[in-house]
Amino acid sequence: MPTLKTAALTGALGLSAVMPLAAHAEEIQLLNASYDPTRELYQDYNTLFSQWYEKQTGDSVTVEQSHGGSGGQSRSVIDGLPADVVTLALGYDIDAIADRTGKIPEDWQRAFPHHSAPYTSTIVFLVRKGNPKHIQDWDDLTKPGIEVITPNPKTSGGARWNFLAAWVAVLKRELGDLGKLDDPQYADDVASAQAAARQYVATLYQHVPVLDSGARGATNTFVQRGLGDVLLAWENEAFLATEELGEDQFDIVVPAVSILTEPPVAVVSGNIERKGDSAREAASAYLEHLYSPEAQKLIAANYYRPIAPQAADPEDIARFPDLELHTIDEIFGGWREAQATYFDDGGVFDTIYQP
Amino acid sequence: MSQRQSMLPGFGLSLGVTVLAISLLVMIPLLALVTRSAELGLGGIWQTLADRRVMAAFRVSFSTAFAAALLNLFMGLVVAWVLVRYPLPCKRLWDSLIDLPFALPTAVAGIVLTTLYAPNGWLGRWFAEFGLQVAFTPLGITIALIFIGLPFVVRTVEPILQDLDRQQEEASTSLGASRWQTFRRVLLPPLVPALLTGFSLAFARGLGEYGSVIFIAGNMPMKSEIVPLLIVTKLEQYNYPGATVIALASLVVAFVMLLVVNGLQQWTRKRTGRE
Amino acid sequence: MNTTISIASRPAPRHPDAGSVPWVRYGLSALALAILGLFLILPLVAVLAEAFREGWQAYLDAITDRYTRHAMLLTLITALICVPLNTLFGIAAAWCIARFQFPGRSLLTTLIDLPFSVSPVIAGLVFILIFGSQGWFGGWFTTHGFPVIFALPGIVLATLFVTLPFVARELIPLMQAQGAEQEEASIMLGASAWRMFWTITLPRIKWGLLYGVILCNARAMGEFGAVSVVSGHIRGATNTLPLHVEILYNEYQFSAAFAVATLLAGLAIVTLVLKSIIEWRQQRQWENASP
Repeated sequence: MPTLKTAALTGALGLSAVMPLAAHAEEIQLLNASYDPTRELYQDYNTLFSQWYEKQTGDSVTVEQSHGGSGGQSRSVIDGLPADVVTLALGYDIDAIADRTGKIPEDWQRAFPHHSAPYTSTIVFLVRKGNPKHIQDWDDLTKPGIEVITPNPKTSGGARWNFLAAWVAVLKRELGDLGKLDDPQYADDVASAQAAARQYVATLYQHVPVLDSGARGATNTFVQRGLGDVLLAWENEAFLATEELGEDQFDIVVPAVSILTEPPVAVVSGNIERKGDSAREAASAYLEHLYSPEAQKLIAANYYRPIAPQAADPEDIARFPDLELHTIDEIFGGWREAQATYFDDGGVFDTIYQP
Repeated sequence: MSQRQSMLPGFGLSLGVTVLAISLLVMIPLLALVTRSAELGLGGIWQTLADRRVMAAFRVSFSTAFAAALLNLFMGLVVAWVLVRYPLPCKRLWDSLIDLPFALPTAVAGIVLTTLYAPNGWLGRWFAEFGLQVAFTPLGITIALIFIGLPFVVRTVEPILQDLDRQQEEASTSLGASRWQTFRRVLLPPLVPALLTGFSLAFARGLGEYGSVIFIAGNMPMKSEIVPLLIVTKLEQYNYPGATVIALASLVVAFVMLLVVNGLQQWTRKRTGRE
Repeated sequence: MNTTISIASRPAPRHPDAGSVPWVRYGLSALALAILGLFLILPLVAVLAEAFREGWQAYLDAITDRYTRHAMLLTLITALICVPLNTLFGIAAAWCIARFQFPGRSLLTTLIDLPFSVSPVIAGLVFILIFGSQGWFGGWFTTHGFPVIFALPGIVLATLFVTLPFVARELIPLMQAQGAEQEEASIMLGASAWRMFWTITLPRIKWGLLYGVILCNARAMGEFGAVSVVSGHIRGATNTLPLHVEILYNEYQFSAAFAVATLLAGLAIVTLVLKSIIEWRQQRQWENASP
């Protein structure tokens, strides 16, 4: 019913002098099911969006949040959590909802710009102040006596990114040029590089003393409980941890190569339908507005890498270090394939993980 | 008995309400568990349970619950003994405090025990001096289960201790038996059923405990992952059959434990002539 | 399972063990106090210490926060629904089990006990199997605009399951010990069933009943595992107080998490105080009950 919105707009523009705006406005409630480290971002963004949307349409939108491990959140939506939008850690968790419930269209990644990923991040290392174990790059993580904290890739989105980032780093070290991956001429090199990556990751997990179920749990273990020498973390989570828990306690170490993490967003059409047209428009606008300059600025302030850095505060942008980043599509052929190969039951993680 | 049945009113109503509630809340849900597991067939159920990680989780759950219940057996006996036999300042206060683990929500127990026993916590720091890590290891799970299970032993042993005949003890001592002999020959036998009941209750509770354990466990597959957590993990991986089968297996264990406890309690009643 | 616990609630008679050697007595007393201090007192003290680490103002802010207040409300609503329902159930179950003989009576008793020994996680899981979108009736309920899982009904169901035995297990042994003579007499003298219940049964079981209700309430307000599985963790909607503790804890708001935890610890202490008072009354009731 676009007429409703038009009516609201007319009310806002023409009749506001005569009639109270609220008479036309609708009260909309949305539920955003998100993953662990976005708590602070969406807390800020929800306020920004509500104000902006009320100014635009007169409708007042309240966005409720649900946070948890990305896989767990996806499972909740599949089981019937009435989320109107999902903002998860990785594409596969949204694919899973699309596959199992049909509540999200198959081609959801085309609904918003930049494969529906309004912000990106990467995987970096968080170490204790002064870097007492001299951890500089991926190779240092598997040295004797180093304890690495990373969550369980079976349940945590961030952990799957960590796993793949390590994998990419070894491929890069072995091959030099990742272009060789698709070149049949180097098939043997690629095979031995993949074997090296497998070996490295298997060794890496032998250095993991605690396997939390979510990224937040892992950060807590490292930061608050004092376990481990290095935390593999989302860049945003690493920044946040140093800010919230004392810059005098931790240092961020940036590896030479890492993965470009693209946490995507989608409207859960199957759930929003029941709420009516104005709610659907609000949900769509909620995700679309993430791409607006003011939201991008907020995103950078919350330590996520904006896709439109020109909109952000240059000081915020300056905090992001330069490193070589590769995408999952480029190295692993997309999330569906990566999930099936590495993380499903019986996949690579299951075969190499020998605690 | 049949006379009583005809005389008192409300049998149909009360039984109806009870059976209805039990059916809706216990029978149907558990039936769902059974039928969902049955869909896998015996082979599938076996395959799920024989998985290394599942077996390891059962091993962790059983061994930590057993260790905690065993420690509680001794500590609970000491506490009950002191509360019943010795003069203590503020005895009533101590006695009410025993039930704290029943009344304190498990999530609160979880975060506070983790804070205490983490390597940088009040107690964990002290343990760390000796190179002993408590939180995030099976030892941490055991600590949480000791907290949860302590009242079970104290509360089952206390009444038996109160009812014990002092004269027998005095007779035994006056006949020249040593304190240890008196304890073993006179005191212990009537306590055994109650101790076993308390032990089984604490053990059963320990097997199922979730809230207080997940914070302190470290949740390492094969090492410190407990069965209830594995159920949740399977669930979060969309592995419903897996979660259901493991849940069914632990349900069967719980049911057996319950039968054991009921049997023990009947034994206790016979031994002590109660009821 | 609670049988023994309620019987145990009789406080110890105050007569020191005359025959014991002092060093044994002092040694054991010190050991018992050390156990109690280490496992019970210290955690309570730690909750308070952590909660006030950032001062009074931070504490007040944490417990008056909008989401905390909503979680409190949800926890109260859940308890308000579950406790009366389970009280009615407990009275009905105790009446038919303690006053009548019928086939399947001991099976019924075992089934009532079952929620005590089932992991709370399983309590949550079974309701997902039934009411989740992929479950037996989940699709139907959801399409008819009545979501069960990830909404209040699911939280209530899970809580009902875990708190089901509390009142019944308190009343059954009490009523068995009391015997049916007085009730039979009142019926023989021509009293209606209703009148018999209010004038004979209820007054005689009231302390035991209250005791069960208090334990049931403590568990209903404090349940974590079962509710965690069915809640969906929606802030300001399906987040109960124990779940809110976990959320705050995961948001680096440790002091706030412990501040909210003090509310629940306070609930636990109130429960213990009420329990002690009732035990004192109940003890007299027991003494009257068993000739």
